[in-house]
Amino acid sequence: MADAKIFDQQLYPYQRHPDQDASAPVRHPVIVVGAGPVGLATAIDLGLHGVPVVLLDDNDRVSTGSRAICFAKRPLEIFDRLGCGQQMVDKGVVWNVGKVFMGERQVYDFNLLPEGGHRRPAFINLQQYYVEQMLLDRLRDLQGQGAPIQLRGKSRVSAIGQHEDHATVEIDTPEGPYELEADWLIACDGAGSPTRKMLGLDFVGRVFEDNFLIADVTMQADFPTERWFWFDPPFNPGQSALLHKQPDGVWRIDLQLGWDIDKEVEKRPENVIPRIKAMLGEDVEFALEWVSVYTFQCRRMERFRHGRVIFAGDSAHQVSPFGARGANSGIQDADNLCWKLKLVLDGSAPETLLDSYDAERLYGAEENILNSTRSTDFITPKSEISRIFRDAALHLSERHAFARPFVNSGRLSVPCTYDGSALNTADAMPEAPARTRPGSPCPDAELPDGFLLDRLGGRFTVLAIGTDAKPVEAGDIPIDLIALAPSETLAERYGTGIYLIRPDQHIAARWPAFDARAIREAIARATGNTP
Amino acid sequence: MSLNLQPNLSSPDDAYAMLLEAHEGLTKDQSDALNARLILVLMNHIGDMEVLREALEAARG
Repeated sequence: MADAKIFDQQLYPYQRHPDQDASAPVRHPVIVVGAGPVGLATAIDLGLHGVPVVLLDDNDRVSTGSRAICFAKRPLEIFDRLGCGQQMVDKGVVWNVGKVFMGERQVYDFNLLPEGGHRRPAFINLQQYYVEQMLLDRLRDLQGQGAPIQLRGKSRVSAIGQHEDHATVEIDTPEGPYELEADWLIACDGAGSPTRKMLGLDFVGRVFEDNFLIADVTMQADFPTERWFWFDPPFNPGQSALLHKQPDGVWRIDLQLGWDIDKEVEKRPENVIPRIKAMLGEDVEFALEWVSVYTFQCRRMERFRHGRVIFAGDSAHQVSPFGARGANSGIQDADNLCWKLKLVLDGSAPETLLDSYDAERLYGAEENILNSTRSTDFITPKSEISRIFRDAALHLSERHAFARPFVNSGRLSVPCTYDGSALNTADAMPEAPARTRPGSPCPDAELPDGFLLDRLGGRFTVLAIGTDAKPVEAGDIPIDLIALAPSETLAERYGTGIYLIRPDQHIAARWPAFDARAIREAIARATGNTP
Repeated sequence: MSLNLQPNLSSPDDAYAMLLEAHEGLTKDQSDALNARLILVLMNHIGDMEVLREALEAARG
């Protein structure tokens, strides 16, 4: 099967484009740099909005190795909105149970026990290359339907110029360089972001002095579909380990190695294989698909928007892998940005609306960095006393329920509520459920004919639950109206009233009763049109 | 509720002795581990962030 690996195929080979022969640099509304999950999602989202977008990638294939493997419910809901969530869930491995071991003993297990009435599970495991491939398939579908998306492979950005109302981009190709202009440039070029470096922007935070060996192992083993996490296991004394299942009989293994190691030596199969044998048992047959050694950082840019250049995903913020908050938060960046950019490009919102992208996603990044830093401090204690407390919590967790919430092997990614965002209208239903207060992502609910989230998104929506509403006009911003009877689930998650939902399925405002003027004011606020 | 820093034990000598007895015969590492477990048990029992904050402040001296 090795020759059929998706990441060995040139899925978007270099092709000469007429732009390369133009006498002057061609101007595009949006250029996206980097065709990873975030860049692909951004290009698709903009394409769905009818915004012409050029997606540049220095490569011509999906990423090698599993990399991000854990995709959470909220990004899956975003992929649904983009039109490719189902393929991912069909291919992915759904899991709910996690087990925590200390030494040779299991200290406790947990079940994510997903709440009913959601279309999507809490998590799926799916290799990043499959996520990219499915996004790519969707992008090709949309191109076939006439969406204005261009993907240019083997097109490496080598220089960027910033101007008042546009950016210039120099691009290296196998046939030499050319230049383009963009009204907006979105940098989705990863943690090592060349764009960030070319602009000389800071990326500050904490580097964790530790190394982890990640290995994708193919085996036909009967380990259950669970997340197993070890503190101080006999096969990796004093360190941690993780075992997690992916599709195609591929298992992800993470082994903490400590600081003082030689990365190149550790990556050699003759050193990796004995470690994995010690973990799985001598008689388990397996093959190595991919091995990497990584050190990680928790850091972010001070601002994600720099004039006409906007950063999204790992280029803007980086977290430790514990908690699956990297790719998951990057997808939410794209979700937050694209509808705003569309309104700005249409002239329906002022440029300052994009400052709310900065504010809201910085808030999200801070939350992710806080959570992932705390997980890291628990998993890799940095002082003697920190280790003593960590071990005490683990020891107690085996017999006492109270200690289990202390055990932190990763607080798994949940979307953040944009409390305090300038786009929110003050909550007019303070007695209604807190989970649907302004700023919250809409919780899904099962309807007689499908799911709520399938009806929302892409445009502003007035959602009337158990109360009357009429269509509302707000200049050239289209507004959908959905009226629903209050089922038990809707009542429990939303109560009854009028909700104003943003195109990214976050709640902008809510009221107990319909008031067209209040809705128009809230839309003005949510689009940066309030002075 | 706020942190009680007034005498609160009916038999302080017995309580103190009980604490020392629990550590008897333990190595330094074992004692450190016991103390850490005890702190976590008591923290949970108190169950009030404000009291914990005041307790940490008082302990810092």
